[in-house]
Amino acid sequence: MNYHWDWQFFFQEADDGLKYYEWVISGLGWTTAVSLASLAVALLLGSVLGVMRTTPKRWLVAVGDTYVDLFRNIPLIVQLFLWFFVVPELVPDKIGIWMKQDLPYIVTAVVGLGLYTAARIAEQVKSGINALPRGQRFAGLALGFTEWQTYRYVRLPMAYRIVLPALTSESMNIFKNSAVTYAVGILELYFQYKQIIEKTSQVLEITIVVTLAYFMLAFVMNRMLAFVEKRTRVPGLISGTGGK
Amino acid sequence: MRKSLTALAVCLSAIGLAAPAHAELTGTLQKIKESGSITVGHRESSVPFSYLDADQKPVGYAMDLCAKVVDAVKSELKMPNLQVKYQAVTSQNRIPLMQNGTIDLECGSTTNSVARQQQVGFSVHYFITSVRMAVRKDSGIKDIGDLNGKPVATTTGTTSDALIKQNEKGKHIDVKNIYGKDHADSFLMVESGRAAAFVMDDILLAGLIANSKNPSDFAIVGPSLRDEPYGVMLRKDDAPFKALVDKTLIGLMKSGEAEKLYTKWFMNPIPPRNVNLNFPMSPALKAAFASPSDKGVE
Repeated sequence: MNYHWDWQFFFQEADDGLKYYEWVISGLGWTTAVSLASLAVALLLGSVLGVMRTTPKRWLVAVGDTYVDLFRNIPLIVQLFLWFFVVPELVPDKIGIWMKQDLPYIVTAVVGLGLYTAARIAEQVKSGINALPRGQRFAGLALGFTEWQTYRYVRLPMAYRIVLPALTSESMNIFKNSAVTYAVGILELYFQYKQIIEKTSQVLEITIVVTLAYFMLAFVMNRMLAFVEKRTRVPGLISGTGGK
Repeated sequence: MRKSLTALAVCLSAIGLAAPAHAELTGTLQKIKESGSITVGHRESSVPFSYLDADQKPVGYAMDLCAKVVDAVKSELKMPNLQVKYQAVTSQNRIPLMQNGTIDLECGSTTNSVARQQQVGFSVHYFITSVRMAVRKDSGIKDIGDLNGKPVATTTGTTSDALIKQNEKGKHIDVKNIYGKDHADSFLMVESGRAAAFVMDDILLAGLIANSKNPSDFAIVGPSLRDEPYGVMLRKDDAPFKALVDKTLIGLMKSGEAEKLYTKWFMNPIPPRNVNLNFPMSPALKAAFASPSDKGVE
């Protein structure tokens, strides 16, 4: 294959006065910002929904189940388009115009990615809680805890430990899924990747760099959560059996 | 033992016989001769250059020109039964696929730029596009200066967005750049009022407008920010093949056949929806036909 390798182009100046490596760094910054913000939304909302789905209140379970069914069964890119193109047309004109012209695009992207991932996290939190023996809740209630207190002091601390490995996967996924937000105008890593290919045609170099960058982001997340997992391990609990 | 010796002899004589015929062939022509096939890279939605019709067959102005090139290859190599394969490409993979030999020529809407010439070669130009902007008629935007402070759409991964930036400097206007995933997306941004204008190759804008719900709502306005020439993409440093492609295209331009093909695709209803782009030949393109060039843009 007669490819013209040129790693130096990263240090050349682009049309906007920045160098190409600075484009990559700015893309990394946006990717990280979108991913972490979405992760925060997803963890919060996902936990609330996950808990709702294990309560004895039927309507809470129904709301949670409907949410998960809806958001898990629609492709992420379609959800982003719904938030970006469709929702502004459905709301009253004034709000629609505000959404289209003043609302920063990152908000749409974070809402889209966050709500999508929340459905997945809700499923995991629910299965974590359901993995606990029913006796734990009864014991808590017998001790005079309210329903909420059995969650707060008995069930959730264990449930989170059980599902931490699954949450680690989800946290890594969110970095990878964030690439889709280029479709709603976020200037993140994948967007910069496409721009740099178009400008320089040095496809292989930039593909290698961007691949490594995504790998690194996901890997750092993995190591961080592995550390959390180790620190929060309680010897003797179900989740404490792996590793020493 | 005897069998393998016979086989060796057959091989040797085959090489001996074949060699003189091959001697002067190099690069792509040699590859075509040896494989007995030529692979044409095409786009899927570059209307009217290279796109899929209702039967998922690649058609278009560039495809018609390339069919003539393929005919020329057939007669040059005296291979009337040359097998012609088609391979869909995108703006991301067209250059690597050319370099690794998957495609032998790309017939689409690829701008011949100096940066790309580091990687691939280009034929003489068969189309010149001008970068202009599509606006809603009711927006009152007539010129680039009217864009000050407004959101302006362009498409991720195309060359046109730099022009907004350059013009920002030149004319001291400040626009908010927003990016659509593809041309349809960027156009939707103008249609839905997210963007005041969509800056892009005028021919692509004409195609989007012609296919929109109400073509009369939109207009292409403003000066040409830049002219970009399209060429057939070839492998780099493959002079014999490029000479053949250029000779064929220049022949079509001189004989008036290229202009007939232009009229067929740009001034008449075209598949799949029988929409007429009504896009007359620009003076720049007439000049390019009169004196063919393969000089890339910066």
